[in-house]
Amino acid sequence: MSSLTALAVDVPGLAALDARAWSAEVRAALARGERLVTLYGRPAEGGEAAVTAVLQAPQGGLGVLRATLPPEQGWHTLSREFPAAQCFEREVHEQLGVRVADHPWLKPVRYEGANLRKMKDYPFYKLEGKEVHEVAVGPVHAGVIEPGAFRFMCLGETVHHLEIQLGYQHRGVEGLLLKGDPRSLTPLVETVAGDTSIAHAWAYCAALEALAGCAVPEDAEASRAFALELERVAMHLAGLAGLAADIGFQQGASTYGRLRTTAINTSMRLCGSRFGRGWLRPGGSRAAMDGELAKLVGANLALLAGDIAVINRAFLGAWTVRDRFAGVGTVSRRAALELGLVGPSARASGVALDQRAFGAGVYAALPVPTSVQDSGDCWARAVLRIEEIAVSLKWLTDALERTRTFKPERAALGALAPNRLSVAVCEGWRGEVVHCLETDARGGLLHYKVQDPSLRNWFGLAFAVRENEISDFPICNKSFDLSYCGNDL
Amino acid sequence: MFDSLKVRLNQGWQYIPDPRRAVPAGFKGRPVISAAPCGTGCTKCADACPTKAIGLEPVRIDLGRCIFCTECVAVCPEKKFEFTPETRMGAASRSGLTVSAGGPPPSPVDASAALKSLFGRSLKLRQVSAGGCNGCELELNALANVNFDLQRYGIEWVASPRHADGLVLTGPLTQNMADAVQLSWDAMPEPRFVVAFGACAISGGPFMESPVLDRGFLDRVGPVLYVPGCPPHPLTFVSAILDLLGVG
Ligand code: SF4
Repeated sequence: MSSLTALAVDVPGLAALDARAWSAEVRAALARGERLVTLYGRPAEGGEAAVTAVLQAPQGGLGVLRATLPPEQGWHTLSREFPAAQCFEREVHEQLGVRVADHPWLKPVRYEGANLRKMKDYPFYKLEGKEVHEVAVGPVHAGVIEPGAFRFMCLGETVHHLEIQLGYQHRGVEGLLLKGDPRSLTPLVETVAGDTSIAHAWAYCAALEALAGCAVPEDAEASRAFALELERVAMHLAGLAGLAADIGFQQGASTYGRLRTTAINTSMRLCGSRFGRGWLRPGGSRAAMDGELAKLVGANLALLAGDIAVINRAFLGAWTVRDRFAGVGTVSRRAALELGLVGPSARASGVALDQRAFGAGVYAALPVPTSVQDSGDCWARAVLRIEEIAVSLKWLTDALERTRTFKPERAALGALAPNRLSVAVCEGWRGEVVHCLETDARGGLLHYKVQDPSLRNWFGLAFAVRENEISDFPICNKSFDLSYCGNDL
Repeated sequence: MFDSLKVRLNQGWQYIPDPRRAVPAGFKGRPVISAAPCGTGCTKCADACPTKAIGLEPVRIDLGRCIFCTECVAVCPEKKFEFTPETRMGAASRSGLTVSAGGPPPSPVDASAALKSLFGRSLKLRQVSAGGCNGCELELNALANVNFDLQRYGIEWVASPRHADGLVLTGPLTQNMADAVQLSWDAMPEPRFVVAFGACAISGGPFMESPVLDRGFLDRVGPVLYVPGCPPHPLTFVSAILDLLGVG
């Protein structure tokens, strides 16, 4: 069984709902405490749109609600009662022209389709007043990072509102995913958000395997989970190095940075790529580890745990660090829940949401305790990532005790079942990565929806900087550490 | 204080003394294709390649397209392909990126006397991502860490294109970034040059068939350096740029 949160259903077996019944059921589910994992649409026959809401019960079970509706009719927005729906409704509107009545503001999510190249038309929110000034940054930023445009509306030094315009990175991922053989999409999937290659690859593999009725060998599944935690350790280290650099704590920047090298070089020893590319493939895994390599991996894990503990003490114990992070960029638990934040951005605000905690597959045998922080500020997001590194290193060390070898192993994939919808959710380092694959009547791929956690969390960043000083933006931004490509697809 | 000293002690010396000789263990880098004859009519490698990087008769790989996924290794019945840990594979021309069956390895980048005299002792680079997935961006950032320590050669990243000599492009060049790429270039003072970093920038990589790209900029301004990989290893970049500038 897959270790990911997953669901596969026969599409003809889903209740045929109209817009009204569908939105009533989605509302009812949300009101009873379920959460919206994703909401997306695809073109359906006769010019209609098929919209799908994937909901998750507090115990982790997934459910699907599907409606087919005329785009010009659409539905009445969910976002006013459930702000977490805002980005999904905007996306459906941008991709399919579906009307979402009374939505607060249907701004483009990524300037695709008819919006392509219209970056200059972005409807920035305007703050009126004689003393108000605006600061525009981007799309090209000062560092070596991806592009996006930020506009701050300030009174003096205080930011009252930040608008984040994305889409510059739009590469047409979802369209390309429908062009190739559905079984050979991993190289493309690994670059949806290139720092999250493993999480995206695993969500893709799991969703595809469910359609192909393929049981992944246990060892291969264990090796995937291993890859995922190495990716988490490496990227949390990269994030901490960035945070340390942004506040001029050079020792942290250089030490977390070089320790990341150890983490990614460990992945490279197992699969040839510092980013874990090529590690996962549908049906199994291509990584190889023998006893000798296991010793080296074990030594690397021990080195990481030892050296990280020392730099953590220096970093967390420096009052200058605490002073820069504490109370900056705060998101309350309530706001995190309402905005539907996921991953570390949610957990740092006291929301104990982690897909690994639902304990399927490898996580039943070797559970991952969920880390949570309460203060919701940059400090909490930094401390949370430090804690998660420790948890992952412990988990990796325990996993290595159990499994000293990985063989490249792949189970055969059968034909894809027709008319089926498969959803897989993988807890990547940045939060849940969601892949939804749907087949047509002949078992061909009809639709592929990719969702990076960044889509939801960007609004969290905009929210976090309100009433903060504009000079604190860089650390707020780094503390969320979001993907531009993951949003722009 | 003690923690601080301990961190420093743990750190030891991390820099790679001669990046052009370093061979990272386990890395899947520059391929070698053996001259062993192919089965009649066999096209398995070319069929399996996700980026159409393989040409036949003779079998050859275009490193500008290759994403080093090694699918070709897995499918070749004659076991012709091998990916070595060698990172040195940058080239000053697009054609210099071809590795052919039985052929010699691609030669190192020739030093450019002009670039050496202009930038051999100080080079400022501005990176612009136009659809880069953050793989290339992370590896370019890594160049400034204590391992690769690019600054020791007088090569540095700058924040503004106005301060830059070279534009390092990553990503397949999206339409939505087309104006910003051109603006960044226009803001750079002469003399200036472009480096294409990664399979996406060089050829479009996995996105080459995407209808939402605009690669016109690279047609107008040809790169002086191509750095292959997905993402390229930082060492691939260091070696190529040092060779180009005739450093050391
Ligand atoms: S390693 Fe390169 S040449 Fe071989 S299949 Fe992959 S992309 Fe093609």
